[in-house]
Amino acid sequence: MMSGGDPLLAGHVDLAVVLIVLLKVVGIFAFLLVATMLMIWFERKFVSDLQNRVGPNTAGPFGVLQTLADGIKFFFKEDLKPARAELRVFILAPFLTVVPAFLLFTIIPFGGDFSNGHDGSVEMFGRTTYLQLADPAIGILFALAMSSIAVYGVMLAGWSSGSKYPLLGSVRASAQMVSYEAALGLSICAVVLTTGTLSTHEMVVSQAGSGWGNFIPNWNLLAAGIVPFVVFMIASQAELNRPPFDVVEAEQELVGSYHTEYSSIRFALFFVAEFMNSVTMAAIIATLFLGGPAGPALFGPGWLWGMIWFLVKVIGLLFVFVWVRGTVPRVRYDQLMDLGWKVLIPLSLGWILVLATFHVAREQHWNGVITIVIGGAVFLIGYGLLKFAIATSKARRLEGVVD
Amino acid sequence: METAVFVVCALVVLAGGLGVVVSRNPVHSALSLVATLFAIAVLFLNLGAQLLAVVQVIVYTGAIVVLILFVMMLLGIDQEEDLDEEPIVGQRIVAMLVGLVFLGAVLAVIIIGKESAVTGAESVTQAISPNVANVVQIGRELFTNYVFALEITAGLLTIAVVGAVVLARRPTDLQPIPEPESMTDQGDEPLTEPLRSSFRASNANPNDDASGEGSH
Repeated sequence: MMSGGDPLLAGHVDLAVVLIVLLKVVGIFAFLLVATMLMIWFERKFVSDLQNRVGPNTAGPFGVLQTLADGIKFFFKEDLKPARAELRVFILAPFLTVVPAFLLFTIIPFGGDFSNGHDGSVEMFGRTTYLQLADPAIGILFALAMSSIAVYGVMLAGWSSGSKYPLLGSVRASAQMVSYEAALGLSICAVVLTTGTLSTHEMVVSQAGSGWGNFIPNWNLLAAGIVPFVVFMIASQAELNRPPFDVVEAEQELVGSYHTEYSSIRFALFFVAEFMNSVTMAAIIATLFLGGPAGPALFGPGWLWGMIWFLVKVIGLLFVFVWVRGTVPRVRYDQLMDLGWKVLIPLSLGWILVLATFHVAREQHWNGVITIVIGGAVFLIGYGLLKFAIATSKARRLEGVVD
Repeated sequence: METAVFVVCALVVLAGGLGVVVSRNPVHSALSLVATLFAIAVLFLNLGAQLLAVVQVIVYTGAIVVLILFVMMLLGIDQEEDLDEEPIVGQRIVAMLVGLVFLGAVLAVIIIGKESAVTGAESVTQAISPNVANVVQIGRELFTNYVFALEITAGLLTIAVVGAVVLARRPTDLQPIPEPESMTDQGDEPLTEPLRSSFRASNANPNDDASGEGSH
C-alpha cells in the first residue's frame, strides 16, 4: 500500500526484501550523519576562507575531524536544565527537530541508473529496486509535511525554556517558517505542473536524458522556468533559518534564540538537525530542479554514475548555500516578511498561471507566439497592479504617520 | 498488521483527545491535539488514503495547530489553569450529556444495525479506476465534477482572509488622544513626550502589518 512505484515492494515481501530495505535505511542514516559532519566542517572552513581566516585546522587533515571532536566535547558537557523550564517539552523539543530531518531524506532518490533511457532501477541481490528508501505516490508532499512538522521543535524549544529571548526567537521562527512554506509549496507546484507527478522518482525520470540539441539537460530548471528555482532557493534558505534569513537566531538581538538555554548533547541535536536539513534541502532542490541522480554515464557501470551526479549536484548547491551565507548580510525582520508575502508568493502564483497557460496552449495547439505575448502581458499587468496596490497602501500608511 | 497499526493509532488518538481536555497547560493541550491529528493521519495511511494523510499533516498539524500555539505564545496565555473552576456555568454537564448521547447513537448503530451497518469493508464504494493513484483520482474529480464546489470554497476562504485583514486594520480616522495643554505648551518639555506621541500615532496605523499577515 505504501510501496508506490518501487518494484521491490510490488511483489511478495520476503526476508531478502526486508534486508534490502534495512540496508537502505542504514545506508541513508550513515550517509546523512557523515554528510552533516562534513557539511559543518565545509561551512566553517569555506566561510573562514571568505573572511580571510584560517578556520578549523587542528583536528585531522585540514581540520576535517573538528566536528567529531566537537561532538565528543558536547557529549561530556554538563546537561543543564533551567529551573523555569517546562521539563517534559524541553526534553522533547530537540527530538522533534532531529526526527523530521532524518525522515525527510527517505523520499530522495540518491542514485540509480538513469542513463540511456533507463528508469533508474538497479539490481540488488537479484532484486530490482530504486535507490531511494520510499517512493510513495504523494512523494514531494511528504517533504512539505515533514518541514511543517519541523516547526514544532523550534517553537517548543523556545517556549519551554522559560526565558524571554528563546520565546521571542521561537515566535519569530514560527511566523517565518509558516510564511515561507507557502512560497516553498507554490514553487513545488510549478514543478509538479511541469512533470505531472508528485513522485520524486518519476520527477527524476522525467528530467533524465537531454533536450534541445542533444546537449542541454532536460532539467526542470529550464522546463519550469528559472523563477520557481530562484523562489525555491530563497524560500529554502528562510525555511532552514540560514543566513541571510537567520533573524530567528540573530545573536545581537536574541542571544542564541531558541537554543539559548540548551547545552550539551541537546544543543548538539539542534545543531546537527540544522545542518542535516541543509544537506537534505540541497538534495530536494537537486531532485526537483536539477534532475537528481540523472545524468550521462561516461564509463563503467551506470548505477555508479547516478550517485556521482547526485553528489556533484548536492555539493554544488551546498557550495552556493555557504557562499550566500558568507556574502549577504542579514535582512531585517520586516524586510523578511515583505520579501515573503509581497514578492515571492505573488511571483510564484503568477508564474504558475503563466505555466498552466502554456501547458493548455500546447495541448490545444494555440499559436505559440500569441500565447507568449498575451501571457507575458497579463503577467506584467498583474505585476503592475500588485506594485500599485502595495505603493498605495504604503503611501496611505505614511500619510497616517504624518497626520 | 493493519489491525496492529489501527490499535496503536486508536490508542494515541484517544490518549491525545483526553490530553486536550485534562491538561492544565494550554500548550500541553495543543501538543495532545497534535498527537491526535498525527495518529489520524497514520490511520488514513493505513486505509490507503495517502493524500488525505499528508493533507492532514500539512494543514492541521503543520499549519492550524502551529497558529494556535503561535497565538498562545504571542499573547502569553500559556499559564496553567485551575481545572476545578468552570469557565461557563453548566458547560460541563451539557458537554457530558451531549457526549453520552453521541456515544449512545454510535452504539445504537453498531448494536441495532449488526452486520448490515458495520461491515468492516474499507470503503463503501469501489475505487473509481483501480489502477490510478488516489492523488490523481482526487485531483481529477475536484477539477471536473466538483469544480464549482472547489471554486466556491476558494472564494469563501478568500472572503475570510479579506475579512480578517479588514478587522485587523484599525480605522484610519482614529485620532490620537490629545495631549493635555499643560504638557504640550511648555518650552522646557522633556524629549520623551513628542517621541511618545509619534509612537502612538504610528501605532494607530499598523506599520508592522507584515508580521500580522504571517499569522493569518
